[in-house]
Amino acid sequence: MENSINTLLEKDFQGILKRYNTPRSAILPMLQFVQKKYGYISKENVETVADVLGLSSTEIGSVLSFYGMFNTSPSAQYMIYVCSNVSCGLHGAEKIITFLENRLNIKEGQITVDGKFALRTVECLGACGGAPVVQINNTYYENMTNEKMEKIISEMEKQ
Amino acid sequence: MSEKIVLKYADVPEQKNIGTYMKNGGYKALPRALSEYKPDEIIQLVDKSGLRGRGGAGFPTGKKWGFIPKTSPKPKYLVCNADEGEPGTFKDRAIIEGDPHLLIEGMAISSYAIGAHKAYIYIRGEFAMGADILVSAINQAREAGFLGKNVLGSGLDIDIDVFRGAGAYICGEETALLDSLEGRRGMPRLKPPFPVVVGLYASPTMINNVETLANIPRIIDNGAEWFAGIGTPHSTGTKIFCISGDVNKPGVYETPMGISFKELLKMADGIKDGKKLKAFFPGGSSTPILTDAHLNIEMDFESLKKAGSMLGSGAVIVLNEDRCMVKTAARLVKFYRDESCGKCSPCREGTDWLAKVYKRIMDNKGRDGDIDLLLSISHDIYGTTFCPLGDAATMPVVSSIKYFRKEYEEHINGKCNHTDN
Repeated sequence: MENSINTLLEKDFQGILKRYNTPRSAILPMLQFVQKKYGYISKENVETVADVLGLSSTEIGSVLSFYGMFNTSPSAQYMIYVCSNVSCGLHGAEKIITFLENRLNIKEGQITVDGKFALRTVECLGACGGAPVVQINNTYYENMTNEKMEKIISEMEKQ
Repeated sequence: MSEKIVLKYADVPEQKNIGTYMKNGGYKALPRALSEYKPDEIIQLVDKSGLRGRGGAGFPTGKKWGFIPKTSPKPKYLVCNADEGEPGTFKDRAIIEGDPHLLIEGMAISSYAIGAHKAYIYIRGEFAMGADILVSAINQAREAGFLGKNVLGSGLDIDIDVFRGAGAYICGEETALLDSLEGRRGMPRLKPPFPVVVGLYASPTMINNVETLANIPRIIDNGAEWFAGIGTPHSTGTKIFCISGDVNKPGVYETPMGISFKELLKMADGIKDGKKLKAFFPGGSSTPILTDAHLNIEMDFESLKKAGSMLGSGAVIVLNEDRCMVKTAARLVKFYRDESCGKCSPCREGTDWLAKVYKRIMDNKGRDGDIDLLLSISHDIYGTTFCPLGDAATMPVVSSIKYFRKEYEEHINGKCNHTDN
């Protein structure tokens, strides 16, 4: 199983690799590709990246650990990121976080038992004109209120 | 006073399609640049326009371009810094999502000016939609012959690739950005050598902000004198201000440089809930706080510097009379502590010490002498770090103590009178 996955990945990786001057520059794009495909980056896939690039897996791991957007364990179907920096804070980000903690019955940084939702606070998402901002997977939701949040969550629960 | 240059068409539906962009005058500047100007003449034109970098430092763009070596055994690169992450800033996103071809055209002209054949847009990882928009706009531009091999029959190859970050504020610092582009942990490099000489892949590299590059087609279209006639003598052109916080209409507002803060506040429909102004960050969280005493200040590089602050990225965060300044500063210190890359000790240790002192103050365990301790740690960080992140962390600390020392004392004595932020 793992072998066939890795063979598939290697094919995609060759396409990514062609775009860059040095193999090293393909590290972030490859890790992003893996995360998009599997939701997280497993140890095995770190090794696949290392093999394709001819670098050690320790080096790949070192780069991986620097960046906040990479998950190294299985992530939830819906990753909820609440911006908690100043502009969102002024518009009630803390209330949104409390609402979500109660609604999902988890604490910030945790994942629901069914693996459906994970809740994290993040730094400025660069959308302060629509504060408070919540990012779910790749989508931004702006001017959030508890009511709007409830609607989105119950919609996602049905998925 | 609503003269728009960069965001002129950003609200037009379908402006991100090349047809609409061209209908609105797009891709006229690039053919003109290639046929009417030598690369050096474009650099001179941009220099004459007075355009200064819009990412925060405000360095004259034409001068910076002039530092790229004319001859180089290595290829030259242009890198667009779209790692927009300074708290309060959301202007580059407005350009990227609203008018991506303006940025692409600006980058093609800039590549020609400095002699680069390959350019990268380093966009923060969270801007997934922006990255997709840029990729399809680049493909459209390539199909139309504005990018790729032999651009418009000029014999020149100019191409752009989008590179996504992965969640690290520090990568907005230009040398950390380069390390990230090279597939490393995004840690700042020691300067000199500067990236213009030894940058991406140890080659001459020009790094410019999105808003800076988006001004270039307009300067070609309308001339340097036209551009220099907008704004103030030393801060020419317009600025996109991002207004957030306690205002009725937060958002992006493009106005000529030098507009008063009071006017800007009026554009955002004033302070929310009829409250009074207490303080504001004029250019993002890394710029010293100003107060209601600065209501008439002109928003440009030199006026804000004179007032002890900076124009920064033009991110104006407004706080009303009820906001707690200690809590605001504490929140930002935590941000800088978390985003410090850990490479140099004054920043790594200093931001952590600051955060610890703030934490005990916020936990009602503040001690006598803590205010002076915060100032002393800030003093030791400032000017001693590899990159500006350390300095930035001290800005909210020192400026909030300067204007609101009493609030710190109240906190330490266990009586903060302000509503929750």
